[in-house]
Amino acid sequence: MLKINNLHVKLEEEDKQILKGLSLEVPAGQVHAVMGPNGSGKSTLSYVLSGRDGYEVTEGEATLDGNDLLDMEPEERAAAGLFLAFQYPVEIPGVGNMTFLRTAVNAQRKARGVAEMSSAEFLKAIRAKASELQIDAEMLKRPVNVGFSGGEKKRNEILQMAMLEPRMCIMDETDSGLDVDAMRLVADGVNALRSPDRSFLVITHYQRLLNHIQPDVVHIMSNGRIVKSGGPELALQVEEEGYGDLLAEAG
Amino acid sequence: MSDTAVQTKEVTPQVSGAPVAADALQTRLDAMRLPAGGFTAAARADALRRLRDMGLPGPRDEYWRFTNPRDFNAPAPAPISVPEKMQDSPLFQDLDRLKLIFVDGEFDAAASDSLAHEGIEIEMLAQADEVADHWAKGIYGSLEAAGQKPVNRPFAALNTVASRDGMLIRVTGKPSKPVHIVHRRASEDADVTWHHVIRAEEGAELTLLETGMVGARSNGMIEADLARGAKLNYIGARQAVHQKLELSHIFARVESEAQLKAFVLSVNGTLMRHETIVDIVGDDALAHVAGAVLGDGNDGPFHHDDTIFITHGGLRCESRQVYKKVLKNGAEGVFQGKILVKPGAQKTDGYQISQALLLDEHSQFLAKPELEIYADDVVCSHGSTTGAIDETALFYLRSRGVPKERAIVFLVLSFLADALEEIEDEDLRGQISDRLEAWLTRHENQ
Ligand SMILES: Nc1ncnc2c1ncn2[C@@H]1O[C@H](COP(=O)(O)OP(=O)(O)O)[C@@H](O)[C@H]1O
Ligand SMILES: [Mg+2]
Repeated sequence: MLKINNLHVKLEEEDKQILKGLSLEVPAGQVHAVMGPNGSGKSTLSYVLSGRDGYEVTEGEATLDGNDLLDMEPEERAAAGLFLAFQYPVEIPGVGNMTFLRTAVNAQRKARGVAEMSSAEFLKAIRAKASELQIDAEMLKRPVNVGFSGGEKKRNEILQMAMLEPRMCIMDETDSGLDVDAMRLVADGVNALRSPDRSFLVITHYQRLLNHIQPDVVHIMSNGRIVKSGGPELALQVEEEGYGDLLAEAG
Repeated sequence: MSDTAVQTKEVTPQVSGAPVAADALQTRLDAMRLPAGGFTAAARADALRRLRDMGLPGPRDEYWRFTNPRDFNAPAPAPISVPEKMQDSPLFQDLDRLKLIFVDGEFDAAASDSLAHEGIEIEMLAQADEVADHWAKGIYGSLEAAGQKPVNRPFAALNTVASRDGMLIRVTGKPSKPVHIVHRRASEDADVTWHHVIRAEEGAELTLLETGMVGARSNGMIEADLARGAKLNYIGARQAVHQKLELSHIFARVESEAQLKAFVLSVNGTLMRHETIVDIVGDDALAHVAGAVLGDGNDGPFHHDDTIFITHGGLRCESRQVYKKVLKNGAEGVFQGKILVKPGAQKTDGYQISQALLLDEHSQFLAKPELEIYADDVVCSHGSTTGAIDETALFYLRSRGVPKERAIVFLVLSFLADALEEIEDEDLRGQISDRLEAWLTRHENQ
């Protein structure tokens, strides 16, 4: 589904190389985890894949279902089925959660040539999904992420993911700032979305999220590259030994 | 933005610029049909004397530094064509309201609802001014005169001199529906002046809406006198024909426990100057004034100026100024706002924010926020910011599939939200918000 090959990325504004030949492939239906120390370029990878300004791809490619991602506008990537759950979800005062999400859902449907959802259909769908994620209906009426706790913001990201039904979900440190209960809710939400034609790239600094979302493959990232890939046991090794030995071993 | 529990004194010396030649004023006056006035005769004569003393403003006047008064000084406006059909349907038309129509500044009784309504007495200045005495006698021109210190406001004096019509509203109770003034334009070169007087008696409450299309050039005024515990909600929203020169004035006197809430929406306009002068004379009173402005230079030159002066003279009063301007394609915005806290006005809570969202590098915003405080136990803060669309927020919305132009509309509405929050009534707020959204959608790609 997602194929990244030899990706080199530098900052647009300064001469700083952040991704230095990163390759990765996530087949349909699989969950891959990306772990790595702070500053290794995990968030940059997620931004470059979803089309944020400020980065320049100097080499390599990234495709989703064979389509060149790097050529598309962010909204086109979303319509193509890519979703990024932000490490720091953005607060947008004055814009209702519901209005925003309905606009997003219908914009994607329109782009895909699917009939738009009526208010009633949308309301029904969002109520059902919100209750699964234990998101209060009142929260849906509030402005996007304004006054939400850290946990609520992350659950709101998962709610958006559930409503948008992407094929490829990238989650950037969705576990950061969550207590155990909140993390379980988020993990349950993600697990409920797992399906043979949906894939996940779960970026995390810690192993604990992976106790709840079982990955098929774990990649260790350091200094802009994947330095080691393996099964779930790799995450446990990081948990026990830290990154030091792993990175030394990878050279 | 600075948040200061203040003892700051920012006293700006008054620079009296060279007045524009007296014969320019005479030419300006000669171009108008000046009413003699009945009960207003003395006030008009006094205003004319004051006007001759101060003269028309020049660009060197301290409060006209950012806005060139030339087109307001000119004897007549350039005629403008009236479009066959407006892009927006009239505002508030489905509302249960008392609708009063003014055509080129004159009341049109035949087109209006009956003036009789419980809790309120409405008369028209043109008729009432045929007699020598009237309850409005003590107010007409007097709040305006009081508001001339320490800053000259020549066009306000001119308004008092020249207004032939307007409403005289005495609110005695709590009328069950809002009064809605709708302006219409009949001629292409209409140079319109009107003057409303509102007296809200003790505990009375009124919602006043003012919309519609005004002349090629207009000079409107409201003098509002709020007795103890009275409440006035005002929403002004002029229709979006681009070519217009618009001066508007609100002079309010607010007694103890009274509340003034004013919100003005401005979309389009060649040259606009809105002055709001509030004198809080009692204790525990409140004055909130707010404005939202949208300007697109691609429609033609755009310049919008909000000039606000709030004086605190009582104990424990609260004032808020919330002004937001969205500018693109060379549009210009100006904000001059002042909070004056008089000696003894302790426990004053004064707040002022003016912000511009510039959608490109060609637009500009000039702000002159001022605090002048002569009491030691007060909390006053003021801030002014100029910014662009937040890139992170824009990316967040787009990453969800919201197209860029639509995402910008969301972020503009988000930027304006604080100002709209000042409209208490949810339904009215929603209608204003829809109007903003329609304008933004029309201007998405230009
Ligand atoms: N916009 C930016 N401006 C400056 N430095 C950046 C920017 N984006 C990323 N970096 C730098 O790139 C490196 C990788 O950052 P990031 O992708 O956030 O790593 P991670 O998510 O793994 O912690 C860090 O050294 C960070 O400081
Ligand atoms: Mg990160």
